[in-house]
Amino acid sequence: MEEIKIHTLAVLVDNYSGVLSQVTRLFSRKGFNIESLAVGTTDSPDTSRITIEIKTDDSHAKLLCNQLRKLFPVHSVKHLVEDNEIRRELVLIKVKAETSEVRNEIFQMTNIFRASIIDVSLGSLTIAVIGNEKKNNAMQNLLADFGILELVRTGMVALERGTQTINEETKEKGEFDYGKNVL
Amino acid sequence: MQMTGAKILIECLLEQGVDTIFGYPGGTIINVYDELYQYKDKIHHVLTAHEQGASHAADGYARSTGKVGVCFATSGPGATNLTTGIATAFLDSSPVVFITCNVPENLIGKDSFQEVDITGISMPITKCNFQVNSAAKMADTVRSAFAIARSGRPGPVLIDILKNATLGKAEYENLSREEHFTHGSLAALIHRASHDFKAPEPDMDDLNKLAEMVKTAQKPLLICGGGVVLARAQQEFEAFAAKLDAPAAFTVMGCGGISGRHPLTTGLIGMHGSQASNMAAANCDLLIAVGCRFSDRVALDPRSFAKQAKIVQIDIDRAEINKNVPTAHHIIGDARRVLELMNEKIDQSHHEEWKKFVFHYPIETKYEVTGETLNPKQICDTIARIIPHDSIVATDVGQHQMWCIQNFKFDYPGQLLTSGGFGTMGFGLGAAIGAKVAHPEKTVIHVTGDGSFRMNCNELATEQFYKLPIITVVFNNTALGMVRQWQHLTLNEHYSETTLIGRAPDFVKLAEAYGLSGAHVSTVEQLEAALKEALACGHGYIIDCAINIDEMVRPMVQGGRPIDDFLVY
Repeated sequence: MEEIKIHTLAVLVDNYSGVLSQVTRLFSRKGFNIESLAVGTTDSPDTSRITIEIKTDDSHAKLLCNQLRKLFPVHSVKHLVEDNEIRRELVLIKVKAETSEVRNEIFQMTNIFRASIIDVSLGSLTIAVIGNEKKNNAMQNLLADFGILELVRTGMVALERGTQTINEETKEKGEFDYGKNVL
Repeated sequence: MQMTGAKILIECLLEQGVDTIFGYPGGTIINVYDELYQYKDKIHHVLTAHEQGASHAADGYARSTGKVGVCFATSGPGATNLTTGIATAFLDSSPVVFITCNVPENLIGKDSFQEVDITGISMPITKCNFQVNSAAKMADTVRSAFAIARSGRPGPVLIDILKNATLGKAEYENLSREEHFTHGSLAALIHRASHDFKAPEPDMDDLNKLAEMVKTAQKPLLICGGGVVLARAQQEFEAFAAKLDAPAAFTVMGCGGISGRHPLTTGLIGMHGSQASNMAAANCDLLIAVGCRFSDRVALDPRSFAKQAKIVQIDIDRAEINKNVPTAHHIIGDARRVLELMNEKIDQSHHEEWKKFVFHYPIETKYEVTGETLNPKQICDTIARIIPHDSIVATDVGQHQMWCIQNFKFDYPGQLLTSGGFGTMGFGLGAAIGAKVAHPEKTVIHVTGDGSFRMNCNELATEQFYKLPIITVVFNNTALGMVRQWQHLTLNEHYSETTLIGRAPDFVKLAEAYGLSGAHVSTVEQLEAALKEALACGHGYIIDCAINIDEMVRPMVQGGRPIDDFLVY
């Protein structure tokens, strides 16, 4: 048995309606639950980048990449490797803070985590924290004691370290493009 | 020139060289049909009895010609009736463009009359699908759809056109097919997927590596898959087999990719594969599969499949590599081009011992002659003796399908039309209609079972009206034979809902009701006479052949079992 762990897939796609559902549909069809999903346009407004995290083994992650590459709106897919990727997620946490002691304590914690307080009211504080799941979970656990009123995550986004990019022309990419050949 | 979306659509079909459409009109597609009325002399529209029939006909047309088939249907139930046909085309990589219309944009999302999200429904069963919401997008979309349907690994593409887009006007400029690639979204797609207009070539290092592997192989086996048929690479495949001096098995979809009469063929491989094919797979040391995805009907147990062999996969679709069976090497490319290049690279090999081993196993199955009813081999042999050799055979799904494949010798790609991947009962008659429309000069024979034929026999009306003299041969065992066979072999003979004894209709009377003729036969002489009459009569003809209810498709290996572990011989 191969090890089951979180795999990050970065998918570069055409930016038009229906593409996201095509991509996500593939995961349910092949029996995978999406653990995290983040979508946004890239430096070109015509292309979007989808970052998807799934829990599976290595060979299934590879098969999923292959199926994704077959879709016509998909330009390229990168299966990011654990020690060669940078992953970040933004979490907004609204915490109960009714006294000045509590507000002070939370303020100190946010400083230590290099998070920021982005909204203050007499009854609550809203904190923005950016990090990987370790850091974000630690922050969340600490704040849980004060009473979390609401929490939202953007979903993980990731890039490869160094100069390599998702657009690299590899032999494998050429092979997939052959299958799409529209000549 | 300014014209309506409907007119642009028809003009774009003409750009693609479309002269035949199978379809069914309705409320939302009415403007397209109105336009079609003006183009009667250029486009032949075949009105079927049901949209499903139209979908299979367009598919049969595509499979038998190698061209893109076209199918029209209206919104709602018209569109959903296509889905079985779309999935059938998808699983067998058949290039068909399905065109549906939908309610106008202002009614979308309001659960309007006959509204359905067909692009959503068809997403997992099309190569790509589009929705056109304005006439301005019509030409670009149709051009992309056709290019995508026939390129790379072919497959179905669906275009859903909102009714307002058929009425609205836009500028249209007639472009040749070559010019399509420099305009609109195809220009962008081709830049990305087609290596900037250079027809892609298989990788030389990959070819060289296979040439090395071939040199050292002592017991090579070839598998001819659907990719060989789609690439029309029969000549190259047969030359490759001859140079390699290797036995060659074929899959259901690979029928006709190597002639059934070729001295090196071992027949069908897999669940109902011949002993020769399956024993070869279990004992070979190099297995080269061309255009084959190792489905669960071929590699029944992926872990033990050809476990003594290095497996090499030649496929146009990179996603098929290692999907079902792990491989030692692969080459990405069009089957014809890869084999052509390989044939230049390799020297003549000789594998006498190995061939002797493989061919001492039988390729054909013997069936008992009882005299009371016909046996499947008698039916197939008689048909083959009477009808012209180049006749096209369309089948439905079940025992008769396997008997056909095991016993007929298919000589060229596109001669057999069968639903191999999706296993669609009721595919045959529609497909036969499509093939007959495309090849009026050829004899088209529709082989079916009594179960399958009941599913879509409504298309006899189409056969009658368009004067398509298709010969339907019903293998009538008064049962859903394939399921019954499984029940017999694996479920303690619990024949749950598979016995059809006493069920209407009488197929000969049915033929008469549709203005066709037919005959019940139970001996070879009667069958011969009926076939001769069918060939001479000039209209559709149904031959109802009585066979024994307990007749089985043999040999058989159970799903999930090693390929040489025969349940019955």
